[in-house]
This record gives sequence, structure tokens and C-alpha cells, in this order.
Amino acid sequence: MATPNLNPLQALSVEAADVRQSESAWQRVRRNWSVRIGGAVLALLVLVALAAPLLGTVDPTLFDAASRDLVPGERGEITTLDGEILKHRFWFGSDSFGRDIYSRVLYGTRVALVVGLLAALLALAFGIVCGLCAGYLRWLDGILMRFMDGLMAIPAILIAIALVAMWRGSLTTVIIAIAIPEIPRVTRLVRSLVLSIREEPYVEAAVALGTPTWKIMFGHILPNTVAPLVVQGTYIVAAAILVEAILSFLGVGLPPDIPTWGNIMAEGRAQFNQYPHNIFIPGVFLAFTVLAVNILGDGLRDTLDPKMAKRV
Amino acid sequence: MLNFIARRVLATIPVLAIVAVLVFLLLRLTAGDAASADQIARIRVELGLDQPILVQFGIWLGHMLTGNLGESFYYKVQVTELIAQRLEPTFSLSVLTIVFAVLVSVPLGAIAAWRFGGWFDRALMGFAVLGFSIPVFVLAYILIWIVSLKLGWLPVQGYKRFADGAGPWLQHLILPSITLSVIFIALIARVTRASVLEALGEDYIRTARAKGLPESRVLVRHAVANAAVPIVTVIGIGIALLIGGVVVTESVYAIPGLGRLTVDAVLSRDFPTIQGVILFFSVVYVLVNLLVDLSYVFLDPRIRY
Repeated sequence: MATPNLNPLQALSVEAADVRQSESAWQRVRRNWSVRIGGAVLALLVLVALAAPLLGTVDPTLFDAASRDLVPGERGEITTLDGEILKHRFWFGSDSFGRDIYSRVLYGTRVALVVGLLAALLALAFGIVCGLCAGYLRWLDGILMRFMDGLMAIPAILIAIALVAMWRGSLTTVIIAIAIPEIPRVTRLVRSLVLSIREEPYVEAAVALGTPTWKIMFGHILPNTVAPLVVQGTYIVAAAILVEAILSFLGVGLPPDIPTWGNIMAEGRAQFNQYPHNIFIPGVFLAFTVLAVNILGDGLRDTLDPKMAKRV
Repeated sequence: MLNFIARRVLATIPVLAIVAVLVFLLLRLTAGDAASADQIARIRVELGLDQPILVQFGIWLGHMLTGNLGESFYYKVQVTELIAQRLEPTFSLSVLTIVFAVLVSVPLGAIAAWRFGGWFDRALMGFAVLGFSIPVFVLAYILIWIVSLKLGWLPVQGYKRFADGAGPWLQHLILPSITLSVIFIALIARVTRASVLEALGEDYIRTARAKGLPESRVLVRHAVANAAVPIVTVIGIGIALLIGGVVVTESVYAIPGLGRLTVDAVLSRDFPTIQGVILFFSVVYVLVNLLVDLSYVFLDPRIRY
């Protein structure tokens, strides 16, 4: 954040944005191609996640010993929980338990999106509170930021792995474990924004009118941090989806029976030689999802927050 | 300058102290019990867990500072020794990755800035977004599938010690380093491009061109040299990414390094080892960033403290 804006293209877009003052932020966002493409892919994924039961899938936890290790497109059968045997075409093949990869990948979309969204919201919520406190309540600043520095010094994935290992994997613990290492970054962002906003005349006016501190923090300062936070939140969604997949892939994330992309890939590792599709198909879904969210984030950054420096 | 170095070194102490507190709390407060009440009581006394938490922390910190990370539950050896055994593969992988990434990304970023807005620039920036988005393990499997399984050029997995010959050592590390370096190339290329772009707008570049220097010399000696500080900074920040990547890459390629040790320790709930590895990685991260800060003095003579 502290680095100056280095990219002339962004500088240009600032000027362009100034020229079109009459246009609302929302209109600018809608016209941006990165937002359109990223948003469209993401909307499609949300649709797939919601409509997973209607898209020719079976229960993703069902398995059938007779249908093990099928290649994509092969026909086989699958036994339902009632003992009924269904004829089923395995569009993406099956794994070594005879589970339908197509169903698992589609249901995996739900897990990925839910984890990404909730982890980002959680990190934002805590980061906003900490950042507002550090930025506005000066006596808290030193101790809070030193704490955040310490937290940032531990590589994110190690915190997540250690926490999940300690708590044992469930949807809640995985989301919390992924969110915690992201909190310091949000805190820093909010704090730096607050430090500049608190000097604005309207905050001074509010102080002069005797507005309570909490009301200044949440009513006057917070609304002005929304644009950079939306951008940052988008990047956290992408990171969270990746980390969840990594945790599951390493076998330290969600329990293996839950259909997540990372779990499908973890299951496919042993037989990668013969059946690479067990890794490649969920891998493609994962890569495209993260790519779509990142592109959306870049588009939002360029339109909502042109002054924001390139983030690493 | 000595003053600056001393201040910067002292500034790492509070960060390390907080890391120590966090790691201590992480494992003491969240670890679940899986033993009978008798065993728990006996082990509590053994480990000093019946003491107040501050006393425990004092004892623990004393052990850490003297390099006593405890004994691994699973491997039954000192964690310090365990880390020392696993250090070589991880160190080799990390160094190769960074060297490879810098050699590739700095020229690419500089050319993109030089040809700003052209097709090369746009292609590189597109690649950068892709590089950030493709998961390390997916990339690893794509490379294994193409290079090792289909073409048969390189071994699929495993590690050979450097002492057993540089050839096999390098052969086993080429794919893992390429895998791990992609995200770095994306990161460093973006920063290089942005900093070189800024440098190219400076007066001394115009002067250099005006006095008739060849464009290549202007770009390398004047523009890139002046972009060194942000590039080194991003490498320092990127060490966190590298550590995350090492954990995944070593698992996929079956390299017996620290990353693999971390995952194995977590899977066997070997708490002293988990704690030791996290502390080790965090200290390395803090120290690398200390070195990065100190390197500014040498990279940019204009910086005075």
C-alpha cells in the first residue's frame, strides 16, 4: 500500500476516471472487461454449485466396487443407499472407490465457493475491527500492530495447517484456519486507510459535534474504506480457495469423504500414472475458479480503486 | 550506517518474541488430548504442564533459545537434529527456485517495461495473472505428466544428495524448481516491469540516451540497476510464498525436506516437530527480510540512514 503508484496505465485510468465524473462507480465497474469476464465465469460456477443435483449427478459419496477406475465417458453402474443399482455414465470417470468424479467435482464447487467466501468475510470482519481500532484508537495501535507483525511473520499456510491439525478438519475449522493468517493484511490496509481518512474535514466536524467514537469509526470512517476492501476481499477469496485445496490435497483439510477438489486430487495421487484425469479435471476447475476471481479482482481494482498500488 | 544496521537488527527482536508467543500458544491452547486421565496427569508433570502458563512459557523459551526444540513424538530424535537432516533438500530447492526465477523474470519484466503496452508486455502480464492462479500442485502434475511420464526426460520423484553427485542432484530438482518458480516469476516480473517503467521516465535515462549509449546499456545499467531495491524487496516478501510452495512441492515430488516433514508431522500429530518447523521457517523468514533491508544500503548508494 505504501509504495507509490508506479504504473502509468493506472495513472492514465485515474485521469480518465476524473474526466467521467458524472459516471457512477457501478457503471464503470460494469463496463470493465476484466469484471465482465471474471464475473461471468464466477456466475457460471455459482450456478453449477446451486444446480449440482440437477446436472445429471449422483450422490457424490456413493461408490460401487464394480465401477472402479473408469476412464471419462465410460458407462457403469452405481448402487444407491437404498441398494438400487443405477446405470450411470461417468463423464469424468471414477476413482479407485468407484465414485463418480463428475458428481464429486460439481459438488466440490459448492465447498470451494463457500470456503472462499466465508473465509474472506471472516478475515474482513476481524481485520476491519482491528484496523479501525489500530487506526483510530492510538493507544491500541502499537501493541495491535506488533501482534499483527508477528502473525505475518509466520507463513500463512503453516498457520492454517497447524490449526487444522490441532482442531481436526471440519468446514468451520478449515474456514477459520484459512481466515486467521489473512487478518493482518486486512488490518494493515484498514489502518492505513483510517489514518488518512481521520484527517478529513468531515471527521473533524463529527468530532467537534461530539459524535461518539464508535459512531465516527463505523459511521463516518468505515463507509469510506469499502472500495479497497472489496478489492482486497476478492483477492482473499482466491487465496482461500487455493489454500483449502492445498490443505485437502495434503490430507490435512476437510475429511476425505467430503467432495472437495483437493480431496479428489489427493485420492487420485496414487494412480496418477494410469488415471491422470482424477487430478487434472478438478485441477482445471480449481485453476479456472481462482483465475476468474483474480481477474475479477484486477478489474475491480482498476475501476473502484485506481490509486491502489500493485499488490503482491 | 552502523546505527541503521543496529536499529534494524534490534527491531527484529520484538517480532521474533511475538512469533515465539504465538507458536507457544498455538500448540498449548489448541492441542486436543487423546489419552487416559492417568497418562495425561503423568505427562503433564513430565512436561511441566502443571505449572502456571507464564512459568511454562519461560521454561519453553529458555529451551528454544538454547536450541532445544524437544524430542519428536514420532521419530524419537531431537527436533533440532531432525530439522538439520531435512535442511539440505529444502535449501537446494529454494535456492535453485529463486535463482531460476530471478534469471527468467528480471529480463522479461525489463523487456515488458521497455516495450510498454506492446504485445510482449500484454502477454507477460496475462501470464502473470495465470501464474498467480494456477495451483502449485496442479502445475507439478502437469509437468510430471508431460516431462517425466510422456517424454521420459527427467525422474518423476525423489531426491539425490548433492554429495552423491551434482548431476543426479540437479536432475531431481529441475522439475520441482520450475514448478515452484512460476509464481515467483509472475511476482518478480510484475514488480520489475513496474519499477523499470518508473526508472525509464527519469531524467538520467534521457541523458544516457542523449549521450548516445546503446539502448541495451541504458536498459541494463541505468534502468534495471535502479529498479533493484523493489525487486529485492519482493523476493524477501515472496519467501513466505516460497515456504508455502515448498510444503506442497516436496509432497508432490516426494522430496524428503522440511516441507515434507511438516506435512508428515501434522499427519502424525507430532507437536514438537510441528512447533519446531514453524519456528524455524518463521525465523528464516524474518532473517531473510532483515538481510533484504540491510542490502538496500549496498544496492542503492542514494539511501542514507
